[in-house]
Amino acid sequence: MIAAHFPALQVVIPLIGAPVCMLVRYRDWSWAVALACSWAALAIAWLMLQQVLAGGPVSYALGGWAAPLGIEYRVDTVNAYVLLIVSAIGSVVMPYARRSVRHEFGTARVYLFYTSYLLCLAGLLGVTITGDAFNLFVFLEISSLSSYVLISLGKDRRALTAAYRYLVMGTIGATFIVIGVGLLYHNTGTLNMMDLAARIAASTADRTIGAAFGFLVVGISLKLALFPLHLWLPNAYAYAPSMVSAFLAATATKVALYVLLRFLFTVFNLELSFGVMPLDIVLLVLAVIAMFAASTVAVFQNNLKRMLAYSSVAQIGYMVLGISYATVTGLTAGILHLFNHALMKGGMFLALGCVFYRIGSVHIRDLHGIARTMPWTMAAFVLGGFGLIGVPLTVGFISKWYLIVGAIDRGWWVVAVLVLLSSLLAVAYVWRVVEAAYFRPPSEAAKQASDAPASMMIPTWILIGASIWFGIETSLPVGVAERAAAELLGAGR
Amino acid sequence: MTPEMAIGFAIGVPLFGAVLIALHDRYPNLRETITIVTAGCLFLVVLSLLPEVTGGGRPGFVAAEILPGLPISFEAEPLGMLFALVASGLWIVTSFYSIGYMRAHDEHKQTRFYVCFAIALSSTMGICFAGNMLTLFVFYEMLTLSTYPLVIHHEGEDDIKAGRVYLGILLSTSIGFLLLAILWTWLIAGTLDFTPGGILAGKAEGPAIGLLLFLYMFGIGKAALMPIHRWLPAAMVAPTPVSALLHAVAVVKAGVFTVVKVIVYIFGTDTLANMTQDDWLSWIAAFTLLTASIIALTKDNLKARLAYSTVSQLSYIVLGASLATGLGIVGSGMHIAMHAFGKITLFFCAGAILVASHKTEISQMDGLGRVMPFTYFAFLIGALSVIGLPPLGGAWSKWYLMLAAAETDRIVFIGVLMVSSLLNVAYLLPIVARGYFARAPAGECTHGHAHAAVSAGAAAAPVAHGGDGAGRLREAPGFCLFALAIGSAGCVALFFYAERIFALLAPVAGIEG
Repeated sequence: MIAAHFPALQVVIPLIGAPVCMLVRYRDWSWAVALACSWAALAIAWLMLQQVLAGGPVSYALGGWAAPLGIEYRVDTVNAYVLLIVSAIGSVVMPYARRSVRHEFGTARVYLFYTSYLLCLAGLLGVTITGDAFNLFVFLEISSLSSYVLISLGKDRRALTAAYRYLVMGTIGATFIVIGVGLLYHNTGTLNMMDLAARIAASTADRTIGAAFGFLVVGISLKLALFPLHLWLPNAYAYAPSMVSAFLAATATKVALYVLLRFLFTVFNLELSFGVMPLDIVLLVLAVIAMFAASTVAVFQNNLKRMLAYSSVAQIGYMVLGISYATVTGLTAGILHLFNHALMKGGMFLALGCVFYRIGSVHIRDLHGIARTMPWTMAAFVLGGFGLIGVPLTVGFISKWYLIVGAIDRGWWVVAVLVLLSSLLAVAYVWRVVEAAYFRPPSEAAKQASDAPASMMIPTWILIGASIWFGIETSLPVGVAERAAAELLGAGR
Repeated sequence: MTPEMAIGFAIGVPLFGAVLIALHDRYPNLRETITIVTAGCLFLVVLSLLPEVTGGGRPGFVAAEILPGLPISFEAEPLGMLFALVASGLWIVTSFYSIGYMRAHDEHKQTRFYVCFAIALSSTMGICFAGNMLTLFVFYEMLTLSTYPLVIHHEGEDDIKAGRVYLGILLSTSIGFLLLAILWTWLIAGTLDFTPGGILAGKAEGPAIGLLLFLYMFGIGKAALMPIHRWLPAAMVAPTPVSALLHAVAVVKAGVFTVVKVIVYIFGTDTLANMTQDDWLSWIAAFTLLTASIIALTKDNLKARLAYSTVSQLSYIVLGASLATGLGIVGSGMHIAMHAFGKITLFFCAGAILVASHKTEISQMDGLGRVMPFTYFAFLIGALSVIGLPPLGGAWSKWYLMLAAAETDRIVFIGVLMVSSLLNVAYLLPIVARGYFARAPAGECTHGHAHAAVSAGAAAAPVAHGGDGAGRLREAPGFCLFALAIGSAGCVALFFYAERIFALLAPVAGIEG
């Protein structure tokens, strides 16, 4: 009986959890509420994925108001998959958060932190699950506003300017999105995505729809930090609290990418997105520049969180590259990398969080020789790094395999070579850390360190372990990604 | 033990050994015992596979299916069998040698050294028994990564720079070229399984296959074809046991082994023989072969000279495979074994000289042969085997390579091989001659060797404090001497047992034994 209401519960549980956190006030209790809500969200996401895989898309009319008038929550393979990723990352980082947040944020008013976190989670899940274009914008704002708060809570004072910058950029993005949605509503008179899709497909492409398309793509690209709209991201991730960096890096940009997929392939159709609009070539070029430019910048970063942030921009390039192929293999690669990158990058940010917990810095100089005193933490970091490089038997290898096969399929040989070459840049920035941590004489800070407590190590290793596991046993991520890609392309026709 | 289990054990035993070694960090004697026992077990496991494979069996299994149609699978076939036997057998010898060397040198972080060594051997076994190209690639990369800590063992600024060259070249070629070639092959052939006759046979032609061959040959950086050979001399900053087993046997042979596998099982010798422009590979191999020999002549550092000699010898194997005839394949396969024994002996000697007299430059080694007669005799045997003179193993592989060149009417390569042999004489024998006959530099202070006593085996080796340079014996620790005795004995033994290797390889090459 309750299974019928899963789509609503998916969002409502964290949304209700947020004020509850606020009310209980006591720090460990508010943490427990956040933990319970995350885990409940994960359980629901998992059950819904099974439901969708078995029985096809699930539609849920919120409040009993039928679509297209009411708000529809619509779960198909694509967003069931993203829901699972988001809630899984949330569930893994919550146990980690307790010590990490107390260390970086102190104990006073910790409940506000967990309140913002739950709001952010609810927002991200809402963006993913909703089938209504305006509702999507609302949830996007909920998640964005709460993530500005989360970022500004970083220990470093630069977190404030970083959050402010993100606020400005994010608001511009959101404005673009709402303008786009408004234009669509003006032209079609509906906000429901399936309805929009049907009416756009039926009408001939006119300028209003073209303008809406442009606003939406630019707005979403800002949110997902597609080069050259990524400028807010490095500082935001670098100065946010460790747990927030890990959570946002693994979820926020992924959800934005999902929104891009949803608009390009479901709301607009393949014809419009890649035929009338030359978006494939635009995305392709920007993705390739992102892969190279951001990776190159990452090589020269001494703050390792900034390094990972730039690496994220590059990895987003890989995902967008997959989308730009507009083929099943390409989309599979993009969606697969969305999942894989969440695991690797989340795990690596958590590992850096462990380092920060012990030595209070993530500057490469302070990490010299630290592998001696924090062997498990650094081993996790290096394994995650192998994934970024694309070493076989890690998830990164599988993503790259599909990306390259997709490129060769389309006859884009140069792109295939470029993907491989950009991996070498990943070698460079990962190896700098390996050299420093393993083969340099220990710094003063490193001598005193020891591995982080188990409540932080276990979540780190769960993500890193998953990034190895799914590199060998690929049937779940690849199977779901392939199906999601086929559905997206099928829905466009 | 079924043959399938034996393959699993061949990869698992060294890994398990690595874990045990890591756990016994505090107990050096126990740790070294574990290394030796692991090496011994590995050799026995590999040996247990031999009857099955010589009997024509091709045991194998699928470990995991990474993507549909793309498994991690293993299979034992003659080429891999031979390589596995050589590598695992020499690991035992090298382990003894390492104990003597590392202790006499009082090296730091010895546990890491032995752990990485064991992982490298496990990767090598994975390469030997890989059932398809993807599996081979996985272990190929694992070998690169696991040998990196060994290369920069001393952790100085120079070592880290050399490590960057090592890793940079090996990873960029393998990711940039080899992986692309593998993906392309997969798209053309729909499989990556090693199949006799080649999976590309009849599926690709013209420029595409030429380009693929190019990607493979320069993607396999470990085969050290010029101009991607720079990593090998760079790797010489490693402790000598690493140079001996890994950079004369396991790593470099993994490279040429992959070359031979690709030519035999991916392209198929017939495809290659029918290719119109396949000559370039032979020419590049010939060029590397001669140029590296000439560079070796100019090197005064003993290990650098041996490294360039290795670059040159590896090209013998590539040349043999590129001739794409049965005899060429046999010659190449045989040279993997023959050169392994010859070169490891030479490296053992170089290490022994370093341990006993702290000398690295050939010009400083005048008269040293009279102080270390045993080491120098072993060096002579190894050198003669590398040059290819009977009654030493190296003679046979060169013989078959020349036969292959004659068979395919490419007389010019016979000339190349002969010139190269002369160059080998020119860069290897003077070392021996200077050692035995040149006058030791006057007034040389030969200091005693306090830490040699650390080694249990040191008692066996006469340690003398000579004030007058040459004159008294001053050999390396007993463990080292034992290793180089085995190495040089192997060179002789291979001459008499070459028939067996021929019989093992004949089915691969399509020759009726």
